[in-house]
Amino acid sequence: MHRTSLPRLLLALSMLTAAAVAVGCGAGDDSESGDASLTLYSGREPELIDPAIEDFEEQSGVDVEVRSGDSAPLAATILEEGESSPADVFLAQDAGSLGAVEQEGLLTQLPTDILDEVDSRFRSEDGGWVGVTGRARVIAYGPDVDPADLPDSPLELTEPEWEGRVGWAPSNASFQAYVTALREVEGEEVARGWLEGMVANGVQAYESNTPVRDAIAAGEIDVGLINHYYVAQAVAEDPDYPVEVDFPPAGLGSLINVSGAGVLASSDDPDAAQDLIAFLLAEDAQSYFATSSKEYPLAAGVEPDSELVPLEDIPAPPINLSGTSDLEGTLELLRETGAL
Amino acid sequence: MGSGPTSWIGARRGAPLPLLGLGLLVGAAALLPAIYLLVLVLDDVGGAISTIATGRTAGLALQTLALTVAVSATATAIGVPLAWLTARTDLPGRRLWATLTTLPLVIPSYIGAYLLVSALGPFGLLRDLLGVERLPSIYGFVGAWLALSLFTYPLVLLSVRAALMRLDPQLEDAARSMGRSRRGTFISVVLPQLGPAVATGALLVALYVVSDFGAVSIMRFDSLTREIYVTYQSSFDRSSAASLGLLLVAFTLALLAGQSWVRGSLRYHRAGPGAARPAPTVPLGRWRTPALAFCSAVTLAALILPLGVLIYWASKGIGTDSLATGDLLQNGSNSLLAASGAAVAAAVLAVVVAVLAVRFRGPMTLALERISFAGYALPGVVVALSLVFFGIRVAPSLYQTLALLVFALTIHYLPLAVGSVGSSLLQVPPRIEEAARGLGRGPLEVFRTITTPLVAGGIWAGMALVFLHALKELPATLLLAPIGFETLATDIWRQTTRGFFEAGAVPTILLLAVAAPPLYVLAGRGTPPSS
Repeated sequence: MHRTSLPRLLLALSMLTAAAVAVGCGAGDDSESGDASLTLYSGREPELIDPAIEDFEEQSGVDVEVRSGDSAPLAATILEEGESSPADVFLAQDAGSLGAVEQEGLLTQLPTDILDEVDSRFRSEDGGWVGVTGRARVIAYGPDVDPADLPDSPLELTEPEWEGRVGWAPSNASFQAYVTALREVEGEEVARGWLEGMVANGVQAYESNTPVRDAIAAGEIDVGLINHYYVAQAVAEDPDYPVEVDFPPAGLGSLINVSGAGVLASSDDPDAAQDLIAFLLAEDAQSYFATSSKEYPLAAGVEPDSELVPLEDIPAPPINLSGTSDLEGTLELLRETGAL
Repeated sequence: MGSGPTSWIGARRGAPLPLLGLGLLVGAAALLPAIYLLVLVLDDVGGAISTIATGRTAGLALQTLALTVAVSATATAIGVPLAWLTARTDLPGRRLWATLTTLPLVIPSYIGAYLLVSALGPFGLLRDLLGVERLPSIYGFVGAWLALSLFTYPLVLLSVRAALMRLDPQLEDAARSMGRSRRGTFISVVLPQLGPAVATGALLVALYVVSDFGAVSIMRFDSLTREIYVTYQSSFDRSSAASLGLLLVAFTLALLAGQSWVRGSLRYHRAGPGAARPAPTVPLGRWRTPALAFCSAVTLAALILPLGVLIYWASKGIGTDSLATGDLLQNGSNSLLAASGAAVAAAVLAVVVAVLAVRFRGPMTLALERISFAGYALPGVVVALSLVFFGIRVAPSLYQTLALLVFALTIHYLPLAVGSVGSSLLQVPPRIEEAARGLGRGPLEVFRTITTPLVAGGIWAGMALVFLHALKELPATLLLAPIGFETLATDIWRQTTRGFFEAGAVPTILLLAVAAPPLYVLAGRGTPPSS
């Protein structure tokens, strides 16, 4: 029997770990030796932001450290960090996350020349953040559905013919933004009636947009309420992907949600931070977003992917989704109607 | 005799101050997540109460409880026989089986659940194989139960296996010599002695289920943890989310009370003098084939089939264009570094807690043991945010360094080690320690030369459990690791977040590959040399 003395082994391993930790910390410090550096908290898929950041680093000479994660936990992290946040810029996938940070006074006012890059619908009313890309709500449908049968509005999916055939993702930020918009534009009762009708019609609830899309592809359901680019990305991976999208012209059916960015009030280099946001709104980055993720570019006059319905043809709800809207009210309504 | 608060420091005295001091520090560290929740709740007590005191919350709690009970029972039914077969019998290749059947624990639960959906879902691979129109829905309770059982039974396996290694064969010999059959001996002698380890393993499964978000969300099952996530990400209502989190802590304490009831009523260590000798190997005889079939079935369902689907996904090439081999190697070694750091740290802290709780049993040390479990039932994101909160206020120079990440992983997974070490320590008679003390050895010396070798199996098992959990940990790694410190778990996230669960296949396979060798080494620890 060969038995190393366990305490000795533990001691050795602890020392090794301590050494590695020390080296790790040291390595972290080294990277700060560049001239200027920014820390970006990014809620965007790393593959769909990293190349743009590298371009910015190259052009500006500013070193950007990216902490990637999901938008909501990153927003929560900034809320806990408060004034001491190491982040300079927060890039989020949804207006809700940006709104939560802005409401706590942790974002600084962006200059008007940056804000004016995008339509006033797609930025904060208080000027704390600006939209970078847009994603449209769509009705995604599978091969068994004749596009001619699709309704003009998601509100019609409560009809008996759609019973058990529809999927949605009620805990998803984009879906909840849609319900918030519906409440504000069509009124509380319409929103409530629709949610109750959908639940009564056997709507299938999934965790996020991806499983809804996959369930359509697998044939579990026929149609789903998701964001347009999930399908566009799947088609980019597999041209024969069996799901298509329809932009419903009524019932806010193709509402545009935004991903956006803001500069933290605690940033020690707000100028460089603003430069980064300006860069993301300039033509190169906007074209990159349009082609890589198939999202709607919101600035610099860049055209979206030719497969998409042009932005100006999508009926715009007369509201600003700046994330200061009543998210808690929407959550409560979703729970009361059994949608969540 | 021997049932009072005896100790290896000297009979019937309180814990030595340095040890108690260390214990208090560990307890304070383990309490950080709960304190954080309390701070948030105190911000808006009214709101918190109105969140908890609803029929909806009660319903969710019941559903969570039902899932917890079902999964714990199933995991026990799979884990205990596997532990016995791989620890005590002449099962061919038992060390390999022990390794293979432990590996499923490293599969992140949302990947595991998604694997099940693609295999057994209404339109999954199984339907294609059977050629039927549509399989019954797997979503909801059944799917969550299946996914969590398949990927958590190793918690029971590891705890019980460690206990079996330490079990004194004397009692079994006595029972056999008095004419009991092998099976009778197992049921009347071995099983009762395994009580603490089974209870610990089942408890860990229960806490895992309570804290899990990945599997329940993919399986569309409403649990308390899912509610916390939804509340957080939908409304950023921190007080409400925190009050639900405190409910989970209360849940944990209730489960712990149950466990300590199982454990407190019995005495498990040998009464006679001397140390236990290694248990003899039980020949399986004609049971060899069924035993092998059982091990194969579990391995097939929990490891081979998932791995097969993963390899199939990987072969489809989705997302693989963005995976660079160099990065994967670097990220693999980062995973190993953080996970082994947490495993070692948790083992050391667990020894402190276990010695206090077992050898100096009293209200205070018992409270310490329970407190050390507080972090495990909480969703990872809550633990991570609590360390954001404290890290940036208390230790800004350590904030978002590897040290803080290892600390977070350690307190999150501490109970895994405390459970294993504690149940092994229960099997070591304090009398041996007392005898050594009587011969003039100092307490540390006794601990090093007598106690540690006897609980080594439990320490190894605890380290293995922490290691496997830390390897796949995601929320804390994303928020607390130094920027640029990527692990295989963040790779999986990076890939799947692009909208294709299939894209997580390659890093998940690597995660299994990275976990396998250390597990194989651990599986050989404490076993009698195979002949």
